Amino acid sequence: MTAPLPISLEVNGERVDAHVLPRTNLADFLREHLKLTGTHVGCEHGVCGACTLRVNGDIVRSCLMLAVQANGASVETIEGLSDSGEISDLQAAFRERNALQCGYCTPAMLITAQDLLKSEAEPGREMIREHLSGNYCRCTGYQAIVDAVEATAKARKGRGR
Amino acid sequence: MSKANANPQALSELDRPNSYIGKTVPRPNLDRLMQGRGLYVSDLDLPRMAHVVFVRSPHAHAKIVAIDTSAAKKMPGVVAVVTGEELAAVITPWVGVLSHLKGLKSAPQRAIATEKVCWQGEAVAAVVATSRAVAEDAAEAVTVEYEELEAVTDMRTALDSATPVIHADLGDNLAFERTLDVGTVDAAFAGSDEVVEAEFVFGRHTGVTLEPRAVVADWNPGEARLTIYQGTQAPHMVQNIAALHLGLEEAQVRVVCKDVGGSFGIKVHIYADEMATYVLSKLLRRPVKFVADRIESFNTDIHARDHRCRGRIGVKRDGTITAFEIDDLTGIGPYSMYPRTSAIEANQVVNLVGGPYTAKNYRARARVVFQNKNVMCQYRAVGHPIACSVTEGLVDLAAAKIAMDPVEIRRRNLIADDAYPCASASGLRFELLSHHTSLNKLLTMMDYDALRTEQAALRKKNIHRGIGIASFIEVTNPSAAFYGVGGAKISSQDGVAVRLDAQGAVICQTSITEQGQGSESLTAQIVGSVLGVSMERVRVILGDTDQTPYGGGTWASRGAGIGGEAALQAAKILRKNILDVAAAILQSSAAELDIANDMIVNVTDAAPRIELRELARIVYFRPDTLPPGIQPELMATRHYVPREYPFAFTNGIQASWLEVDTDTGFIKLLKHWVVEDCGTLINPQLVDEKVRGGVVQGLGAALFEKCIYDECGQLTNANMADYLVPMSGEMPDIDVGHVVSPTSESELGAKGAGEAGTAGAAAAVANAVNDALKPFGAVITEIPLTPQLVLTALKRI
Repeated sequence: MTAPLPISLEVNGERVDAHVLPRTNLADFLREHLKLTGTHVGCEHGVCGACTLRVNGDIVRSCLMLAVQANGASVETIEGLSDSGEISDLQAAFRERNALQCGYCTPAMLITAQDLLKSEAEPGREMIREHLSGNYCRCTGYQAIVDAVEATAKARKGRGR
Repeated sequence: MSKANANPQALSELDRPNSYIGKTVPRPNLDRLMQGRGLYVSDLDLPRMAHVVFVRSPHAHAKIVAIDTSAAKKMPGVVAVVTGEELAAVITPWVGVLSHLKGLKSAPQRAIATEKVCWQGEAVAAVVATSRAVAEDAAEAVTVEYEELEAVTDMRTALDSATPVIHADLGDNLAFERTLDVGTVDAAFAGSDEVVEAEFVFGRHTGVTLEPRAVVADWNPGEARLTIYQGTQAPHMVQNIAALHLGLEEAQVRVVCKDVGGSFGIKVHIYADEMATYVLSKLLRRPVKFVADRIESFNTDIHARDHRCRGRIGVKRDGTITAFEIDDLTGIGPYSMYPRTSAIEANQVVNLVGGPYTAKNYRARARVVFQNKNVMCQYRAVGHPIACSVTEGLVDLAAAKIAMDPVEIRRRNLIADDAYPCASASGLRFELLSHHTSLNKLLTMMDYDALRTEQAALRKKNIHRGIGIASFIEVTNPSAAFYGVGGAKISSQDGVAVRLDAQGAVICQTSITEQGQGSESLTAQIVGSVLGVSMERVRVILGDTDQTPYGGGTWASRGAGIGGEAALQAAKILRKNILDVAAAILQSSAAELDIANDMIVNVTDAAPRIELRELARIVYFRPDTLPPGIQPELMATRHYVPREYPFAFTNGIQASWLEVDTDTGFIKLLKHWVVEDCGTLINPQLVDEKVRGGVVQGLGAALFEKCIYDECGQLTNANMADYLVPMSGEMPDIDVGHVVSPTSESELGAKGAGEAGTAGAAAAVANAVNDALKPFGAVITEIPLTPQLVLTALKRI
């Protein structure tokens, strides 16, 4: 089974039809076929978290999922989440707090943090650290990221969102 | 606007009205990165681009008997399969030595191995194909016949006569040896009340940049020019070396560095597989891309540390430290890395041990040996964590021996804040440090006495917490003394060009590079402050040898101190030029005018006179209206290199508060404090975050990180599941404080801050663990401090 297979999925709200090799993972499909390079590849074995994105509303590691498994699914990447404005306040908090240095982990870190913020109105620092503990960042030492997520949670609570 | 400053030339550049210097402002380049719209090398895709994958040796030491590439070459999509012998005709080998490291030797290294392989992971063939996946398939079809040789793996026996010599031409496995004997060490030990000795062991670890090393090389035969897209810290160094070994002029090589997914010293070296990629593009006359996978990263990104250092300290009963002595041994793999060499770390250890203290008697020996493991070289805080852990470990052992508090022994021996300028026993020259002020600030931040009380109370409940303190010095702003004097064409100066564009905004080209430190931000802050232009109107261009002045780049904590000063000086010239034109337009004199908020204003009353936008319009489009003889120069360039001090030393101190579970051996980090003194703070937030990131890298080394080799030279944990890195869940909050002792060598006064966190973190943790284990009489002088080590020290296993 090495011939390309047809898939049809929704990526950031757009319908995409493509033929992919069965072995192509979702991260490579997005990066190489759709040129959505905001999804980063760090370890290619599901540990570093850099390729995290949303499939049908849940965060997944796109290096561990085959593109053919996304057939019929709705995929959201950092480009889509940025353009929709869904995480603009979180991005602003990251900017204010300098919660990124090289920025390579950041798209996935934002998506993972948003996943927590959607389910927890007021996560404590320990909970934030725990939720982000599958996303490796070599630059920041994590504290600024935790601060930015905490500040966003408080601001959203204040706005009743 | 201040009216006090009648003469703008006398006004300090650092505290002009609306200055950005010393202020926390967001970095200008973050939105791109946060939206997934950065451009890392791994994102790059060029027309006709092919992908290279390397066939790598599974053996640590073996003869290459035969390579059969025929099956691979026949596979669909394969462009070429190339061996080391074929590449040898088109790229020259290199030897990683520097003349100022006397006696350092190494063997010629090739882009792809010929004849034999010297470590597991060394490339033996390159497979180029239309996709990475096809290249990987074809690489599996390349068959290589090896004849295994005995691997040299243990640094302790590398110099024994029974151990095979890796490079026969070199005669032995000793790459480098340095000795130093200052003062009267034997007499000092003899006159000491106590002499304490220990062996400190440091695990081999590596940088684990989240974006692996990546390069796209694009030889354009029509231009006879090679463009190298690479995440490098030193574009001009790469340009020089690529040209040298490919037989090109430097003008034929352009190095472009866009966004870099982490660096930390990993991406400041020349790697064989990257050189192979450059030359493959030339051979195949098309762009070739190489992106290391994670296993390749572990097997070929430089490793670091891996030292065994015996240390001795003499102390008098009153706490006076009389002497330090060290005997350091490190194994660097089979080659000294090019072009910075693999002797610098050991050399730094010799330089830095005992550095914060007044003791003048110091003896040191460092030996650097070859072995059949991956190459080792400079990684963040080169040598500092070794020197700091040995020094601070010894100081704590001495304090314990004479029953003195760790803070008190430091108070009695740290160089006094009013003793500068002075020099260390090893000859390092210090312009101005602040050990005592920093110590006092740290104790206040952590409330030392309260913590001691809490510790004592918890001990009664069988909860074992420890406090560890570590003072350190840090090498920053390196001059030509680091590499240039040894013959390496690695620039120690940097250049900045600034110009006013036709709408009165500023374009700034700098030779320092950005890997997330904030180079772009600090350059814009400095230029904006000096010019009186808002930061949003300053655009910074970096990372392109075609577009920036010539310079060193960003490494060894040099970007702010050296590149920042060049930016300051270039902006001053441009401001003068702008004011000269403004004076001509306004029929005033330059001394009566200043620039603020993007406008020319009166010095006296800050009244706006003309917008920069309007000034630029006149200069560029209506020069006919200017008085005769006026030729505006709205672009200025300045370069800078420190000349008086070879290095701008900084200092700092760290403390760790942690809990050891004596049943499981697990260590829980509760809190960490740092006080550091990097001189002028350009952007305090960036410094704080750089320190925090550095600390966490040091904490990784202290607790988790180790490249584990077996006795055959096989790296057994070359993946991120088995090689542990610090994640958010285990890391503590880190408080950072500052003392500011600017260097007077530059007008900016900035020193570096990139190494500070990593320099002292492991030492603070190790001292805290030993403090926690004091009731058990256990002492550990090895990192990473694994549960197994802790339980062994406690005699539980």
